[in-house]
Amino acid sequence: MGANLGRREWTLTCAAVGVAGAAGALARYYLGYGIAMAAGGHSYPGTLAVNLIGCFMLGWLTAWGMNRSLLPFWLMTAAGTGLIGSFTTFSTFSVESIQLLADRQWGTAAIYFLSSLWGGLAAAWAGYRLGNLRSNRRDREDS
Amino acid sequence: MAGLWIAIGGFCGAVSRYVLSTWATRRFPSSIPLGTLFVNLSGSFLLGVITGMGLSGTWAGMLFGTGFLGAYTTFSTFKVENVKLILAGRRKSLLVYLGLSYGAGLGLAWTGFILGALLVN
Repeated sequence: MGANLGRREWTLTCAAVGVAGAAGALARYYLGYGIAMAAGGHSYPGTLAVNLIGCFMLGWLTAWGMNRSLLPFWLMTAAGTGLIGSFTTFSTFSVESIQLLADRQWGTAAIYFLSSLWGGLAAAWAGYRLGNLRSNRRDREDS
Repeated sequence: MAGLWIAIGGFCGAVSRYVLSTWATRRFPSSIPLGTLFVNLSGSFLLGVITGMGLSGTWAGMLFGTGFLGAYTTFSTFKVENVKLILAGRRKSLLVYLGLSYGAGLGLAWTGFILGALLVN
């Protein structure tokens, strides 16, 4: 899809991805910060929470969007790549993991690493299945 | 003020990731999503540098770290790509993708952290 956009649509898509990316980064910061404060001031519970929520949402959106193209390409890309892509983060996860290791908090580091690895996969999978379920049902109703 | 830095960084980070991964997917077609892999690895290294320099919590940390690199790297796309590889039955690609992302991601964040600490001392 995205490979053959015209110049105008490419510019529009980039701008939409940027605006949505700014919103996603802000949502990550404020929600992550709130969760971190509630969890005793450590940042990694906030990062884990936004990453898992984002995995579920992108899984759902991907499956939903593959089965029906109700929304224009630029809007789907802004929502998935821009908003949810920026809402979640890999770099903060990497740096927090090595900081836990540097602090010799082996147990916490292991729990953080494994819950990101498996929890993220499970969340994306669950979202994906839900997105498929919904669209399958609607397809049956349509026909 | 933090919100403004994060929004500016987030805008640029998301656009950079989109442009880079679209280009990489077209230029280097592969069963492993090389675009996402590249942004996640380079972003982990650079955030290591910024954190090692002690910039967390400053305006530069908000703009380049939380905003730009936070949005430039992505966890959700990485995980959805994992699910797609599982559904396609590409177990070998999945294992290579997971190993490279986590192994090199943490290793590069560590290297960046040490480099950043050396830069300010």
